This record gives sequence, C-alpha cells and structure tokens, in this order.
Amino acid sequence: MSATAAVHSLWTTAAAADPISRIDAPKIEYGQLAPTLIVVGAAVLGVLVEAFVPRRTRYYAQMFVAVVALAAAFAAVVALAADGYGTTKAGIVAMGAIAVDGPALFLQGTILLTAMVGLFTFAERRLDPEAHGNRVDSFAAQAASVPGSDSEKKAVKAGFTTTEVFPLLLFAVSGMLVFPAANDLLTLFVALEVLSLPLYLLCALARRKRLMSQEAAVKYFLLGAFASAFTLFGIALLYGYSGSMSYATIAQVVDGTVQDVSPALADTMGNDALLLVGAALLVMGLLFKVGAVPFHMWTPDVYQGAPTPVTGFMAAATKVAAFGALLRILYVVLPGLRWDWRPVMWAVAIVTMLAGAIVAITQTDIKRLLAYSSIAHAGFILAGVIATTPSGISSVLFYLAAYSFVTIGAFAVVTLVRDAGGEATHLSKWAGLGRRSPLVAAVFAVFLLAFAGIPLTSGFAGKFAVFKAAAEGGAAPLVVVGVISSAIAAFFYIRVIVLMFFSEPRPEGPTVAVPSPLTMTAIGVGVAVTVVLGVAPQYFLELAGDAGVFVR
Amino acid sequence: MSFPLLTATAALPAIGAIATAAVPAAKRTAAKWLALLFSLATLVLAIVVLVRFDPDGDRYQLTESHAWIADFGVRYELGVDGIAVALIALTALLIPFIVLAGWHDADPLETGSKRWRPTQGFFALILAVEAMVILSFEATDVFLFYIFFEAMLIPMYFLIGGFGDRAHEHGEETAARQRSYAAVKFLLYNLAGGLIMLAAVIGLYVVAGNFSLTEIAEARANGSLDMATGTERWLFLGFFFAFAVKAPLWPLHTWLPNAMQESTAPVAVLITAVVDKVGTFAMLRFCLQLFPEASKWATPVILVLALISIIYGALLAVGQRDIKRLIAYASISHFGFIIMGIFAMTSQGQSGATLYMVNHGISTAALMLVAGFLISRRGSRLIADYGGVQKVAPVLAGTFLIGGLATLSLPGLAPFVSEFLVLVGTFTRYPVIGIIATFGIVLAALYTLVLYQRTMTGPVKPEVAEMPDLRVREIAVVAPLVVLLIFLGVYPKPVTDVVNPAVEHTMSDVQKKDPQPEVEAAK
Repeated sequence: MSATAAVHSLWTTAAAADPISRIDAPKIEYGQLAPTLIVVGAAVLGVLVEAFVPRRTRYYAQMFVAVVALAAAFAAVVALAADGYGTTKAGIVAMGAIAVDGPALFLQGTILLTAMVGLFTFAERRLDPEAHGNRVDSFAAQAASVPGSDSEKKAVKAGFTTTEVFPLLLFAVSGMLVFPAANDLLTLFVALEVLSLPLYLLCALARRKRLMSQEAAVKYFLLGAFASAFTLFGIALLYGYSGSMSYATIAQVVDGTVQDVSPALADTMGNDALLLVGAALLVMGLLFKVGAVPFHMWTPDVYQGAPTPVTGFMAAATKVAAFGALLRILYVVLPGLRWDWRPVMWAVAIVTMLAGAIVAITQTDIKRLLAYSSIAHAGFILAGVIATTPSGISSVLFYLAAYSFVTIGAFAVVTLVRDAGGEATHLSKWAGLGRRSPLVAAVFAVFLLAFAGIPLTSGFAGKFAVFKAAAEGGAAPLVVVGVISSAIAAFFYIRVIVLMFFSEPRPEGPTVAVPSPLTMTAIGVGVAVTVVLGVAPQYFLELAGDAGVFVR
Repeated sequence: MSFPLLTATAALPAIGAIATAAVPAAKRTAAKWLALLFSLATLVLAIVVLVRFDPDGDRYQLTESHAWIADFGVRYELGVDGIAVALIALTALLIPFIVLAGWHDADPLETGSKRWRPTQGFFALILAVEAMVILSFEATDVFLFYIFFEAMLIPMYFLIGGFGDRAHEHGEETAARQRSYAAVKFLLYNLAGGLIMLAAVIGLYVVAGNFSLTEIAEARANGSLDMATGTERWLFLGFFFAFAVKAPLWPLHTWLPNAMQESTAPVAVLITAVVDKVGTFAMLRFCLQLFPEASKWATPVILVLALISIIYGALLAVGQRDIKRLIAYASISHFGFIIMGIFAMTSQGQSGATLYMVNHGISTAALMLVAGFLISRRGSRLIADYGGVQKVAPVLAGTFLIGGLATLSLPGLAPFVSEFLVLVGTFTRYPVIGIIATFGIVLAALYTLVLYQRTMTGPVKPEVAEMPDLRVREIAVVAPLVVLLIFLGVYPKPVTDVVNPAVEHTMSDVQKKDPQPEVEAAK
C-alpha cells in the first residue's frame, strides 16, 4: 500500500515539477563526441553508398569513406587529447552518458588505428586468385546465397563482392569507441550490442570454408547473446541496488556516501546481495568479451572460422574496447567492492594465463593457436587490471596498444600463406616456410617473439609493465604465475619458429601470395610498432601514464 | 662529452651483423670478409678499452649514462670493471677466430634457391651474438643487462638449429631433427631461467625503485636500502637460477652437451667460451653485489653443486664416444671450477675464477676448433672412427694435444694458473671441498689423454690415411690461440693485474676477508 502510494506520489510530484513546456533540450557536447559521431556518420553513409552507388565503384567509394572517417576520427581524438580533454578538461558529456577522459581517448585512439590497419586487410584483393576475371577479397560473394548452391556460383561468376563489410566494420568500431567511454550502464549495454552485432555478421562472411565460417558466427552469436543477457541482468540488479544507471552514483551508493533512498526502490536499495550478484553478472559479460577463462570457449572456434582479416580485427580491437570497459567498471563503479572482486579476479587471471598457455601447446592450427595465445594474453592483462593502482591502468593501456598491433600483423601474415584451398592454416603446412619465403617467416617470427615477450619487442615492454604494476600492487604470486605461463607459452611460439625455419619444406606445401600494398602496410605497421614499442617505449609509456586517470 | 667507447665496442659488431646480412646472395665470400673485418675492428676497439682502463682507478670506468625508459626506472648505463674488461677482450679476441674457423661451415650444399642465404645469416648471427654479449658485460643497469641476456638467446638459437656439421653418422634428416631438438632444448632451458629472473628483476624494482647497479649496491652498503632476509633470498635465487642455467651448473646443465654436439665447432665455441661466460660473470657482478647476505647464505649449497659439476662432468666426459660431447662435459666440469672459485669467497678463488673464464675460453676454443677441423675431414664425430692421425697430420695432432693439455691444466699452460688459484682459494676456506675437487684434475687427465690416444696414436686407420694436415687458414686460427695459452701460462700477470682490483671490490661487497694463516703463538 505504502509502496503504491510512494510510486504514485513520485509520479504526481514529478509531473508537477516538470511541466511539459519546461523539458530542457539535452545538452550534447558534439565536439567531444566527434570521434564517435564521425564514425557512426560514415557507417550510415556507407549504407547509403551500398544502396545508391553502382556495384563497379562501390568498393572504392566504401574504402574512401571508411579511410577518411577513421582518419578524421583519429585526428579528432588527437585534437581532443592535445586540447587537454584527456587530463585537465576531462569530464562527463552527453547528459552523463559518456566520459571523455584519458583512458577513453587513449583507447579510442588505439581502436581507430587498429581499425585502420584492419581495414587494409579487409580491403585486400590480390590474395585470392581472380574469380572469372574479377579481383575478390576474403569475403563471400553474396552472403545470402547458400554455400554450394547455384546462386552462389552465379554470384561468384558475376564477380559480386560483399562491400557491406566496410559499413559493418565502421558500426563495430563506433560501438567499440563508446564501450570503454560509456559512463552509464545503459550506454554500456547499447555499445556492447552495437559492437557485437556487426562482428557476428562479419564472422559469417568468409569466401572459403563458408560452413565453418557460418558455424563460427552462430556459436559466437549464441554465446554472445548469453553473455549480453547476463550483462543486462547484472545491470538490472545493479539498478535495483543503487537506483541509478550512472557509474558515479552506483559507486557512491557502494561507498555509502549516498543515503537518500528513492522511495520506489526502498525494498531493494542497498541490498548487498543485489550488488554482488549484479556486479558478478556484469563483469562476467565483460570477461566473455575479453575471452578470459572460464568464458573463453567461443574464442578458438570463432577465431578459426571467421575470415582471417575479421579475426585479426576482432582479436585486436574488441579486446582493447572490452578491457577498457572492464577497467572503467572495476575502477570507477566498483572500487568500493575491490576486496570482494580482487580475489575472484586473481583466480580468473591465474586460470586464464595457465589454461591459455597450456592448451595452446596441443594446437595444430595456426589460428586456433593464436586464439589460445590471445586467451593467455588476456590473463596477463588481467594481472595489470588487478593492480588497482594508477600504474595498473597505464600498464594495461600500454599493453593493449602493443598487443593489438602485434595481433593484427600476425593475422595479416596468416592471410598470405595459401594453398589451393585458400589459407593454409594447418601448422604442418607451415613447415619450411623460412626456407621458401625467409622474409615472411622472419616477420612472423618477430610477431611470435613479441607474443612470447622476448626483450626488444613491444610484447616484453608490455609484459614488464603489467607485471611491474601487479607486483607493486602486492600481487607477487600473480607475477610468478605469469612468468611460468610465459615460459610455457614460449614453448609453442618457438615450436612454430622451429617449424618455419628448421623443418624441410614439403613438396606440396603452400605458397606465399604477394599482397597488395594494403596488406603490406598492415604488416609493416605491425612490425614497426612492435619494434618501436620494444626499443623506445618511453614516449608511449608516458602517454599511457598521462592517460591513466579516470574521470568520475 | 667524451667518445662513447663502450657503446662503440658493442655497436660495431651490431652494425657488422646488419651489413653482413645485407650482402646480396651471390656475394658469399664478400660477406665472410666483411664479417671478419668487423670482428677485427671490434677487437681493436676492445684493445683500446683494455688500454684506456686503469686497473687502480675507479671501480667502474668509461661509464656512459643516458635516460632510456624512465617509466620503468631504466637507464642506458654502461661501465666496466676489471672483470668485464677481461671478458670483453676475450670475446672480441675469440670472434675473429670463430669467424675464420667457420669460413666454410655455412656454404650452401647446392646452389639452389637464391632467396635462402645461409652464409650471410651465419656470420651476421655470430656478430649479433657478439654485440649482445659485449653489451651484457658492459651493462651496469640490471634491466639493460637482462634485455641482452635474454635477447642473445634468439640468434644463438638460430645458430644452433640452423647450422650443423656437414657429415652426420645418421644421415641429414636425423641430423636436422637432432639439431632442432638441441636448439629448442637450449632455448627453453635458458628462456625458463630468464623468465624466472624476470620475476626477480621486477621484485628488485619493487624493493629498490630503480635498476642502477651502482645505486642499489651503494644503498645496500650504507644501509639505506634494507631488504628483508626472505625477500633477499628469493630475489637471489631468481637471479642465480638464470645464471646457473646459463653457466651451466649441475643439474641444469643438460642442454649444453646437446647444443655443443649438434652445432658446428665454431658455434660450440661461441656457446661455451663466450655466451656461457655471461652466466658466471653475472654471478660475480649481480648476485654477489646485489645480494651479499643471500650469497653467503647459499654458498654451501652452491659449492656442493659446483663440486658435483666438477666430478660428474669429468666422469661423463671419460665415458663419451663423441668428441664434441666429450668436450662439452669437460666444459661442465670446468664451469664447476669457476663457480666454486666465485663462491669460495676468497680473493684467490675469485681472481682464479675470472682468470679461469678467460683461460677456459682460449683453451676450449683451441681444442674444439681443432676437433672441428678433424671432424670435417673425416665426416664423423665418433672417437672410434679415428686412429693414428698424428702420423698423417702431425700439425693437427700437435695442436690438438696442446689444446688437450691445456684442458687438463698442465703446468706451463694458462689454465693451470687459474685452476691452481681456484683450488688454493677454496682450500683456505673449505679444505674438504678443495681436496675433493682436485680429483677433477685427475679425471681431466684421463679423458683428455684417452681421447688423444684413441684418435691420434696407434695404427693409421684406412679412412684417415688420406687426411690432409691443417691448411693455412686453419693454422691461422689455431696458432695464435696456442701462443696465448703458453704466454698466459708462463706470465699471467697482464690479466691478473686487470682483474685483481675488481675482485677486491667484489670481496668487500660481501664483506669477506681472506682467512688469515693461523700461527701458533710462541710459548
């Protein structure tokens, strides 16, 4: 009875205080949201291009739109950062929905650059042999045609290409840009969906091995939908606990600094069970996205089945965005709860590092191997996340930047090694690659050494940064486990190098396709970043260090 | 700002490596000459370092210091003490011989693929290893040292796995498999050691706040940096483990016989005479300086392990059928002596150990390179395949004998002085261990002389009857090494003069004084 009255009174007083005529227009800081807005706008434009531009020129139009959009968005990020929005002018914009601060800008910059490099691998059209005189890319001629059907053959013969991948990529990027910057739980969820849905689609679009690709997409979609549902449920519970979607308010309720219980939620507010279950479900959804054990099951299948350019982009950019969101949730929303989540995250990090490294040893497919390696890396990054110090934030930011370029470069190399059936991803086919194509093998070896964390590569600088942060945060056992799993992981990276350089090439082995400048650029950028961040990381560490403060 | 001599000494072979790798495929001989030229130029710079170094001056000289990664507290800091100078000189001295001895080791079997350029790669990798070894001797920043300590594994790995002896008793395919097994074993052992050290390096940073060897050692000495006993011991163990793998100390030694057996003789020399020295050097420089108390705490165990290495290595050497494997086990025995000398904590022991590092490098190089020439002639590594070589190739047999005698520490040859110093230094503090270690010398005589007897004396086997004697290039490799062995055996003063003051510093780090002879008071 009383609750009903309270709700009623709430509704009536609200109506009395806010007559229709006095609703304020929402205040939107377009300037500070420019990076996201540019990318969303370009994605919409891409859809229009798809609809109105003739098929012949679509590819170039889409490329142009995407490249310009990503470059402009990156320029906007740089301009914002140079203007001090990452440090002194950091703030909450768009009616409390988005935070523009150091970590957000750093991660957005990383995502945009990664997306740009990923875009180049998307656009590569020289690797697959020409089909009926048309240059084709890694994507299905017509996604809607059933694999093996006549309509597929017709589509191939007509030289169709799925240029929709460009707007899909841009939509995914726009979600990724918002994901780490979201400052309330609903925005977080919308961003999660906006980044996920295009990725599900992209996973299904492989030109070769289409059934495997579609299987991967279904698996990813189903598990992703579960994870989204968990996230949403967690959000609901957190709302019930705090009466707010806003990060800052929830954090205040957790800390106990906000006492005014909204009458509608009087029964549930401040109920710790809701907080704990809600936080657990929310974090679970994010751990799914970063591929941490035990939420990693989708990673190997999806990485293997998806078109390799998509795998590279997804492995790099999604991880950056998801870790950004995880950091913000843990550091902004739930710092008051850290005595509860730290032990859990310790366990997750340890299991992730060890499981990723150990299971990778038995893999025979290069894409699956890289998938498990990405799981192990998620564990290393979690070690930095757990530090709960400013150096923890900056080390994670640095690691993400270093890791994403290595990953995208490595997958770009995978696209080059081909035989009659498309990419030759089975490891046995890589035997003797170093004798046949020393340069490609050497480049891949550089990426593998970076994954393994050998000094003078970006992987080492990143690993050192997160382990240092973890040790300073009092997590010495995590460092020891990290070091042990690095040693285990080194074994399978080295195994690939052995295979490439010390095994006899097979007579029917794959050939290395000569790519267009697009993929070359992608790989070149990967190598350059790997070496520069390995030899002279100071500038970037400083950048990450300056960016390492969340606004609240 | 003065000329960065130490940087130049390391940069020269690094530039050489890049230049050699860039030589076009067809110009193999040019690549070889280029590599030789760069290694000789490095030797010249190393000699300049040796001359500029004042043994009685500051502890670290020719220092360089630049900001590098401020966020990690890492600086690019170089400096050499006497021990480092001696080892840099040894490294720079041996590399030209290694290059010269390996002149034909990486020639392609058939002139097939144009893009696969093993020759250029072989010499570039050797120079790359040289650059990293020299830098790790020079680094006075723990992190900087660690980077090169780890990074040098990569070129070494390719040298072991990518290049083997021409002839192999089990055919080329088995050879390739065994080579890659040896290379992976080498890498995994050393990488595991290195990663455990990484945990300790991070721990050291958390405790000390920076990586500067001089700053930390100073803070430790004047008490401003206090480490809990437990912390110090864990950190010490993390560092020591990595160095013990590298050195190698029993029971972490098993990678060495594989690696030396499967690689070509010059690369085997590179491993045991140059790269492994970084391990024993680092024990002296890092373990003793940074963790003096923990070093003293661990001494009894380490001495016993060293003793086991000495006896075990020698015993296994006696039983080997493979010439290179025999030399590898002999090296394990010798590294036991070096580590024993370091941890005996006496000035004779440590001077002896440092001298031993230099002498072992020269004597093993002489023995192994001649063995390599021998093996390349007959196409087999098995001792049983030889016999009577001294009748057909007297110069080869003679130099082999001198190398062997040096290995068994015959008085008059360089290793004798160092082995004697190590034994005396150990005996004054740990008489029992000193006495047991002496049996290692007896066993050394056994394995060396039996090796010589079986391969060089006796009736001439038909397979070796046509064996040519050493060629000019080969004599150019061996002769200087033999001369050095004799010269340093008779007159070791140049080396000891450089080394001794540095050893005094190290001794004062661990606050140990030599035991004084006890004289019964007159009644």
